[in-house]
Amino acid sequence: MNEPTGTEATGSTLLTHSAGLHARPTLKLTMLAKTFAAKIELAVKPDGPWIDAKSVVRVMAMKAPKGSTLHFRASGDKAEEAVTKIVALVDRDFDEAAEGGKAGNV
Amino acid sequence: MSEIRCTGRTASPGVAIGTLFVLQSALHRVRGAGSTTEEGAALREAIEAAKAELTELITQTEGEAAEILTFQIAMLEDEELAAPAHTEIAGGSSADLAWRTALDVQIADYAAADDEYFRARVSDLVDMRDRVLQHLSGAQAQALPQGAVIAADDMTPSRFLSHDWRSGGAIALSKGSPSSHVAMLARARHVPMVVGLGFDTAKLKPGAPAIVDGGAGLIILDPEVESRKQASNRIANEARLEAEAQHFLKRPATTRDGTAVAVFINVASPEELNTLDPTICDGIGLVRTELLFHGQDSLPSEDQQVAVYRRILEWASGRPVIVRTLDAGGDKPIPGLTVEESNPFLGLRGLRLSLKRPEVFRSQLRALCRAAVAGELKIMLPMVTVPGELEEARGHLNEVVAELARVGIAHKRPPLGIMVEVPSVALTPERFAADFFSIGSNDLTQYVMAAARDLSSVAHLADPTDPAVLQLIERVVDHAACEGVEASLCGDAASDPALVPQLLRCGLRKLSAAPGAVGRVKAAIAGIDLGG
Repeated sequence: MNEPTGTEATGSTLLTHSAGLHARPTLKLTMLAKTFAAKIELAVKPDGPWIDAKSVVRVMAMKAPKGSTLHFRASGDKAEEAVTKIVALVDRDFDEAAEGGKAGNV
Repeated sequence: MSEIRCTGRTASPGVAIGTLFVLQSALHRVRGAGSTTEEGAALREAIEAAKAELTELITQTEGEAAEILTFQIAMLEDEELAAPAHTEIAGGSSADLAWRTALDVQIADYAAADDEYFRARVSDLVDMRDRVLQHLSGAQAQALPQGAVIAADDMTPSRFLSHDWRSGGAIALSKGSPSSHVAMLARARHVPMVVGLGFDTAKLKPGAPAIVDGGAGLIILDPEVESRKQASNRIANEARLEAEAQHFLKRPATTRDGTAVAVFINVASPEELNTLDPTICDGIGLVRTELLFHGQDSLPSEDQQVAVYRRILEWASGRPVIVRTLDAGGDKPIPGLTVEESNPFLGLRGLRLSLKRPEVFRSQLRALCRAAVAGELKIMLPMVTVPGELEEARGHLNEVVAELARVGIAHKRPPLGIMVEVPSVALTPERFAADFFSIGSNDLTQYVMAAARDLSSVAHLADPTDPAVLQLIERVVDHAACEGVEASLCGDAASDPALVPQLLRCGLRKLSAAPGAVGRVKAAIAGIDLGG
């Protein structure tokens, strides 16, 4: 029903965060998505269902566990950049890999 | 009357005795429905008021607690949350009923999740539901009595935060989860907590005496005299240990026979230092630099690293600071740097990886040499296995120092030491021309005992006080003494007061512990007699 206009972009990556897409990563992801004007959607399967990547309620409700593949698609202004940046955030493990509660290597 | 024992799951350790207070979670008052416009506006106002309240609460909290509240605000800000309620209101429902129904659907959805983490979000949603309902009905929250054992089906984070736990108390939940936000808060504030007790809160007797043993996951209702006595003893013992720890915290550590022991701290991020007083320790025995290499779009620049290392040295104000070069790999992958391996603990980790990626390693060495002008910095190499690796690293350090001198950038060449984690080093330390040795007892134990540190099935074998491990520690300490170089230990064993006597008997006089353990470690040292 929503034929994308302007630029379009897609991307996918593996979710490695130990607790899955939980509160803190979800907040970071939606906050990043909201910095873009483009429509950005997220799914755990390549064929959807697609949900709004800017909605913390929707993204949390996906309950994506560790090891899920996250698929992104965006359309509109800076769609390409949006997908690249969001995928990078997931790949960086939401900048919190070392906060996972494990003791360090000593 | 005999006591009743209920067993659940540990959420936060510690023992508490108190009177039972049964917390009712539900708010029952129902408002009459006004016009659809009125009800819609009432809901919007109530959500706004709840957000304002949470925002206010954030200013009084920090760290984990603030993050939990930020999450709740973000959820309330998302129009998707209230959308189903507004649909109900448009169909003639009252605001409170519509909101409760909408949130209960979400709550049921999370409660049915396979993953414990997502199930644990139920309490956040209940919290948001009740906070908004409270504003809709104007009801006041039930005040919690001080020092009580709070029994409930579940507890919400804001309920926890609104209570003053300084006069003691504990939490016993029929449902709940150790990974809930409340459990995290309880651990941070040392409030004993047990979850999953499965009791019917309606059948509990408010005002009855109760004991909560968080560590054992146990609650005792109407405890017998003997149980009370045991619990009191444990509470007293715990209080005595804590008071002792406070007493020794800022004093230099000395054994009963007068042997001085230096106690350092392990640090993972500069933020940790904000709340720490440098006078509690003799320096930093281990700065983990892995955290610097997360949290960024790319690997940190040399200048960024210099700034962080300088900040740490300034905090230490002249005390020695041992910085470990990047110890990626093993159980700490870094995207774009480490490689996937079937057995990462025996793979390309620590110095092995640094030598494969010399550009990353040299940028860190340059940053360390530049920061070294600001204090007593020492460089420590992780996962050294053969002498050639130390020499190769020293070669890089020499070149980096020469480069800095050539271009005239202020710098200092720090001493270069190694971690003793691999048995090859512990067995023949004399082959390694290091400026100092620091024993990483966790990894040394896992490699000596062939028991992975992240497998609970072999945890009983991973004992740092096994004679085989202790003998290796002694060997390293003896060698360092002969050579006149320093030897310390920076593994978890140094943070365990029960293990400290054995470590000192191996000849160790320098221990690097978790900041929170320093007081108890010093107290343990004071109790040891090394017999002159």
